[in-house]
Amino acid sequence: MAVIKDLKTKEITINMGPQHPATHGVLRLMLELDGETVVKCTPYIGYLHRGTEKLGENKTYATALPLTDRLDYVSSMSNNIGFCVAVEKLLSIKVPERAQYIRTIMAELTRIANHIVWIATHALDIGAMTVFLYSMRDREWILDLYEMTCGARLTVSYPRIGGVRCDVTREFMESCYQFTEEFPEKILQYETLIDKNRIWLQRTVGIGIISPEDAINWGLTGPTLRGSGVPYDVRKFAPYDAYDKVDFEVPIGKNCDVYDRYRCRMDEFRQSVKIIRQCLEKMPEGLVLAPEAPGYDMPAVPPKKPAAPPPKTAEGEAPPPPPPPPPPEETGPVFNELYVATEVPKGELGFYFISDGTGKPYRMRLRAPSFVHAGVLPKLCEGSLVADVIANIGTIDIVLGECDR
Amino acid sequence: MTPQEIAQLINEKFPSEVIDIKEFRDQVSVTVKKEKIIELIKYLHDTPELYFDHLADLCGADYHGKKDIRFEVVYNLFSIKHGHMIRIKAQVSEDDCKIDSVVSIWAGANWHERECYDMYGISFTGHPDLRRILMPEDWEGYPLRKDYPLKSDLGEKEWKGYKQVVEVSEKNKAYEVR
Amino acid sequence: MDFNGFYGFLGCPQNTSLCVQIIIILIKIAVVIAVTMLHVAYATYFERKVIGHMQVRLGPMRVGPHGLLQPIADGVKLFFKEDVIPQAGDKWVFQLAPIIAVFATLSALAVIPIFEGFMIANINVGLLYILAMSSLSAYGIIMAGWSSNSKYAFLGGLRSSAQVISYEIALGLSLVGVMLMSGSLNLYEIVKGQQEYWYGMYLIPQFLGYFIFLVAAFAETNRTPFDLPEAESELVAGYFTEYSGMRFALFFLGEYIAMIVMACVAVICFWGGWTAPPILLKWFPFLAVVPGIVWFFIKVYFHIFLFYWVRATVPRYRYDFLMRLGWKVLIPLALLNIVATSIIKYAF
Repeated sequence: MAVIKDLKTKEITINMGPQHPATHGVLRLMLELDGETVVKCTPYIGYLHRGTEKLGENKTYATALPLTDRLDYVSSMSNNIGFCVAVEKLLSIKVPERAQYIRTIMAELTRIANHIVWIATHALDIGAMTVFLYSMRDREWILDLYEMTCGARLTVSYPRIGGVRCDVTREFMESCYQFTEEFPEKILQYETLIDKNRIWLQRTVGIGIISPEDAINWGLTGPTLRGSGVPYDVRKFAPYDAYDKVDFEVPIGKNCDVYDRYRCRMDEFRQSVKIIRQCLEKMPEGLVLAPEAPGYDMPAVPPKKPAAPPPKTAEGEAPPPPPPPPPPEETGPVFNELYVATEVPKGELGFYFISDGTGKPYRMRLRAPSFVHAGVLPKLCEGSLVADVIANIGTIDIVLGECDR
Repeated sequence: MTPQEIAQLINEKFPSEVIDIKEFRDQVSVTVKKEKIIELIKYLHDTPELYFDHLADLCGADYHGKKDIRFEVVYNLFSIKHGHMIRIKAQVSEDDCKIDSVVSIWAGANWHERECYDMYGISFTGHPDLRRILMPEDWEGYPLRKDYPLKSDLGEKEWKGYKQVVEVSEKNKAYEVR
Repeated sequence: MDFNGFYGFLGCPQNTSLCVQIIIILIKIAVVIAVTMLHVAYATYFERKVIGHMQVRLGPMRVGPHGLLQPIADGVKLFFKEDVIPQAGDKWVFQLAPIIAVFATLSALAVIPIFEGFMIANINVGLLYILAMSSLSAYGIIMAGWSSNSKYAFLGGLRSSAQVISYEIALGLSLVGVMLMSGSLNLYEIVKGQQEYWYGMYLIPQFLGYFIFLVAAFAETNRTPFDLPEAESELVAGYFTEYSGMRFALFFLGEYIAMIVMACVAVICFWGGWTAPPILLKWFPFLAVVPGIVWFFIKVYFHIFLFYWVRATVPRYRYDFLMRLGWKVLIPLALLNIVATSIIKYAF
């Protein structure tokens, strides 16, 4: 046996990505493998860096809105809403109630669409190919619903600072209601395909375990954190839009593994349907854009006097209101800052603005859930097998557009 | 606990460190000196009645020409247990552009600090792996600084990755189908 | 080995001249290869159609009516694709690998009796020959993985060699029950042996062996859920990551031929080959007019359909579970099957 002892083994370094079928975009992982076991995992990101934060500093609040679509392109509507909620709080604009309900519906539709893409790609990574096509079929319905409201399917830019761009039609409401009736059956279809499948269970139960303490410590949010049993949800902790007026539960997991995170997201489907249903039933009539909403030509310099000419709204439907910038100060710029988080499908999307009182943010910071989640990959992957790396990339639900900004 | 009370508590505990307390739309930011930042953060993280276990965000900010001390590192803290939040801002001057790392307290701060270093050039002492994260490794300059040029023609001084791309595209023009 | 003389080996009457016999053999080979190639082409088409309909979509629809000409279009496209050889790869081994993979599986077809009296070579160790050939194709895979000089291909090749070696044992052991019952390794004899039973197939007494054989056959042909060597989401395309054009098509061909061969072996050893169950013929005598080749193909198509069905249904195994399944479940079960069969055979 001395011969075998003398043999030297060496780890192979594998460059997984940036072009690889299972890295969900341009994530690059340097894996050091000892046989099939991962010894070291180093993620590299930045291949999709477009400088959104820098761009945001050079645009007015209203024109920076479409930048947020392009972050997480599978749940663009949620990003828009997150941005709008933050700017509204900064400018203290009150959103009409109808717009709040519409935005809640849209946010939840987006949550469903995002989780559909997630279950599709996650299952495809693990090798269950059929779920992909079943779920993509149902996503199409949601994209059609988007198209009915604003004409766009993917990068919508439908919400506006102070409301939404236009009112929803009767047709949309009916189609959306029908969706809430039929979608729960579709969820059952996905579950039939994978939920009790032994191979699926073997691939997910007990894989990628992260304890609740560690999960919080690493800054995980959203279903990725809730799978570890921490009931942290911004919709409950700091309700925005109509979330304080609807009744829903926050599903949490128990075993902190890939399977429990999968279960969490499947339960969120049902909760989202419940929220949409309630919103459709409770939605009041009224305006959909606050009268004081700023227009595109939001002044770059704040008006010195309250009687400055008010900008026009983009649609011209509401009477031209006076813009509501913070009270102008004569003695140099005053920096006000605000951190507003919203619950996007992937976790906590935070916008941190430093405002100097002009129409452009002095600093626009994006706290992207994908960025934080990608950082936890080494912890999840080291010591596991190559096949589990794929399961782990799937379970943290990252989109590289948001990760790299 | 309301943010005002937390700010008060910090002020009592670290009177020499706190420079300014400011409230805006129910959120309170506490501006502090950078020297005892670790001690302060540890206090916020470990005290049972505060218990800021969730580092919501860590980022830099550049007040070039607007404030005496140029940079600030901003910690947005949230307590999942108590549901309250506070913002700590540590001032970092341009000539001593470094601050202690909080990775030992929150593991999740790792990438945030790397990004802050990448974008503002603030280095974090005690960080386990301080490299550029979003920009290429051989990038020069710190893009989110306010004096970073938005558009320029550097000619020979251009980043070599960009030069390579231009060269290849010039070469490939020969194969273009018209 | 006893080949019953050269003439017997060739399966021809002894009084024809050698020249004629060789021509007959060549014609037979040409027919079998042509039929197999056509089957491979349309196996890809049916795979896409079957899986497509299982996944609520249509599959190929554009080339020809209902996409019927799609396999031909694919073939033409692959044939004219640029053949890329990695600069740092081992050029000769790289070129040899797909040829070995295809020819090993293709030569396994030589001993398969398609209907009464039709087989290219009637050798009395037919079953062993098929097993040998199917494991030979693993060399092609390993060589491809090694010579590509790519880490993904290398890992794919390693996985494949481990998988083929493990499942080869289970595959061989699962067929021992059949050998015991028929008392022969000759595929013709095995089919004839099944006619002794009223149900006309070894499937019923050998259900355990059949199950093990199917699972091992999936692993042997690298099909889902055991497609780890080419696990798309982990290893990009496994051992043929670096292959393109015609060489890629050869691997593809090899995989599909292997699938067809495995389906044929399952039909011959467990489903009674080209014969219909005697009980069925007794109840419905008019079925006797159906030629044997039809029975054979129906059974083979069913098995190929099974391959597709499983592919559309289940996720992929993880490497360590795969090994555990092979060594800790299938091999003990196969041994149990052998012991039980021997005892029953001895006792009755």
